[in-house]
Amino acid sequence: MTNVKVKSVAKTYGPIPVLTDISTEFQEGSFTSLLGPSGSGKTTLLRIIAGFIKPDEGVVMIGNSDVTNVPVWGRNIGMMFQSYALFPHMTIAQNVAFGLERRGIKGEAARKEVDRALEMVRLSGFGDRLPKQLSGGQQQRVALARAIVIKPSVLLLDEPLSALDRRLRQEMQVELLRIQRESGLTTIFVTHDQEEALTLSDKVAILDRGRIVQIGDPETVYEKPLTRFAAEFLGDSNFLSGKVENGAVRLSNGTVVRSDSALPGNGADVTLAIRPEKMSLVTADTQPNKLSARITTVIYAGPVLSYILETPDGLPLKLFAQNRDGRVLREGETVSLSWSPEHTIAVAN
Amino acid sequence: MRQLGRFYLIAILLFLYTPIAVMMAMGFNESPLYELPFTFSTRWYEALLSNQPLLKAGANSIIIALITAVIATTLGTMASVALSRRTFRGKSLLQLLLLPPIAIPWLITGTAMLIFFYWSGIGRGMHALLIGHVALAIPYVVLVVGTGFKTVRADLEEAAMSLGSTPVHAFFSVTLPLLYPSILGAALFAFAVSLDQFVISYFLATPGYTTLPVQIYSAIRKGFTPEINAISTLLLLGSMAVILIFARFAKPGDTRDKR
Ligand SMILES: Nc1ncnc2c1ncn2[C@@H]1O[C@H](COP(=O)(O)OP(=O)(O)OP(=O)(O)O)[C@@H](O)[C@H]1O
Ligand SMILES: [Mg+2]
Repeated sequence: MTNVKVKSVAKTYGPIPVLTDISTEFQEGSFTSLLGPSGSGKTTLLRIIAGFIKPDEGVVMIGNSDVTNVPVWGRNIGMMFQSYALFPHMTIAQNVAFGLERRGIKGEAARKEVDRALEMVRLSGFGDRLPKQLSGGQQQRVALARAIVIKPSVLLLDEPLSALDRRLRQEMQVELLRIQRESGLTTIFVTHDQEEALTLSDKVAILDRGRIVQIGDPETVYEKPLTRFAAEFLGDSNFLSGKVENGAVRLSNGTVVRSDSALPGNGADVTLAIRPEKMSLVTADTQPNKLSARITTVIYAGPVLSYILETPDGLPLKLFAQNRDGRVLREGETVSLSWSPEHTIAVAN
Repeated sequence: MRQLGRFYLIAILLFLYTPIAVMMAMGFNESPLYELPFTFSTRWYEALLSNQPLLKAGANSIIIALITAVIATTLGTMASVALSRRTFRGKSLLQLLLLPPIAIPWLITGTAMLIFFYWSGIGRGMHALLIGHVALAIPYVVLVVGTGFKTVRADLEEAAMSLGSTPVHAFFSVTLPLLYPSILGAALFAFAVSLDQFVISYFLATPGYTTLPVQIYSAIRKGFTPEINAISTLLLLGSMAVILIFARFAKPGDTRDKR
């Protein structure tokens, strides 16, 4: 149970910078997700923290010690791999005991720890089986038991659930969260599933091309994205661009939009992001922000209706509506959308 | 359809084993000229017992094959580790260069070795035979163990390291036990390559130190006797036993870590 810090970490492969100036802190006992598109450097960052990769620059701290030059086997980390990586020639109990044995814990003491860890992942009594005699989800839980039984300083997980089917995956998410809470382990979790990141994490870090563009609690990152990329990658967003004019934004079609975000000075270009579920199809004149648009596509998904629309000047928009009254609008209809300045977020491009 | 398949298999086995069976049977036939009718006798086995050169050559063959298997398997496995788990400059070229020796006719390899060993002062004899056989066997070992490596995921070693293993400990506790069937298979291959080897042995043997194939060849040139059948039968049973023992122990899953 320790915090983990990375300071100015950079890594290049050949001419390509894979990570650029990463500085962040993972607080003691917190669950942080690293979220980003493929190739954004999530695995590389995780493996630098684990000690499999040496950064070209920067420092990795676990607790109060600088471990930048400590190899992975000296770092006391718990790691879970996407492919489980259980040792196929050892029983479940031997797998879980592996790290204990490396720490000189053997015999009765080791057996107790193994039993406790297996109990924690609800696999008591499976100790004598071989990995291949277990289902995917069970193997995954053994991998978790093996990683936590050594009481690591930090638990690192690289898309550990992506090989599981949807149901099992949701079950494992709940298990993982419960075990993380019980053990109080500082946890760093790589995923490119945004829903997973939002539901599990205390903090979400969004990576884009080797940089952390935003890190914060899920609500802040979702409600107040700092960049266009963050607004687009985590959830859906509508983007409006225009120029600042007297504390509001004038779009190219002349419409004036109000935002509660801090705006730059008069005449500056600005991009506004609005979540599709924050827009509503109301005709009443209650909101200051309004656009009219024609419905081009209706996606009926039961409880939620998605409308894809287009303004007269060709700007594409998306709107999610609760299916409250069972009334579905038709394609081709022209409607009026409105939303509040509070949900109009100025983002960096 | 199934009938046909079985018939086909039996035909192949007959084709493979009939000459061997005839050869074995003739070792127990009284007549020195392989004449029929068959009269059971062990006289050729008795004669073999006093045929020192043939017995000695047989012993030499087995000793050379065993030593070759040990050395070639060790060196070849190490090469395989490097090729499968490390990255270094020129790796793919090296990997490629390991294969052609398997396809080069032994006559050419043998001639090359003879010339090189003569020129470099290594000469001929047991040590030269060993060097030659090991060199021949290594590509097979690398090939077999390399194929085995493909079935052992690299992240297993990483998992071991994350749990506190040094790379060396990770290799010995995780990779090696999983590779064990392939390594045994490779050793068997190396053993067989050496035991079988005639051309290169013929070039590198000395009058005082030969292997069984070479000895049989020179004996045949003087005249065929069923003693040859007798020693061949013994050798054959010996190699079959080795193969069966290997097959028994190389069963994957029997490789549980002993601790
Ligand atoms: N050993 C390597 N040699 C060269 N380039 C590498 C190496 N490892 C990673 N890269 C490159 O670094 C970039 C980041 O890779 P990384 O694996 O960290 O991405 P990721 O965010 O984990 O992606 P994914 O979601 O697909 O797993 C990629 O462009 C990748 O091609
Ligand atoms: Mg990755």
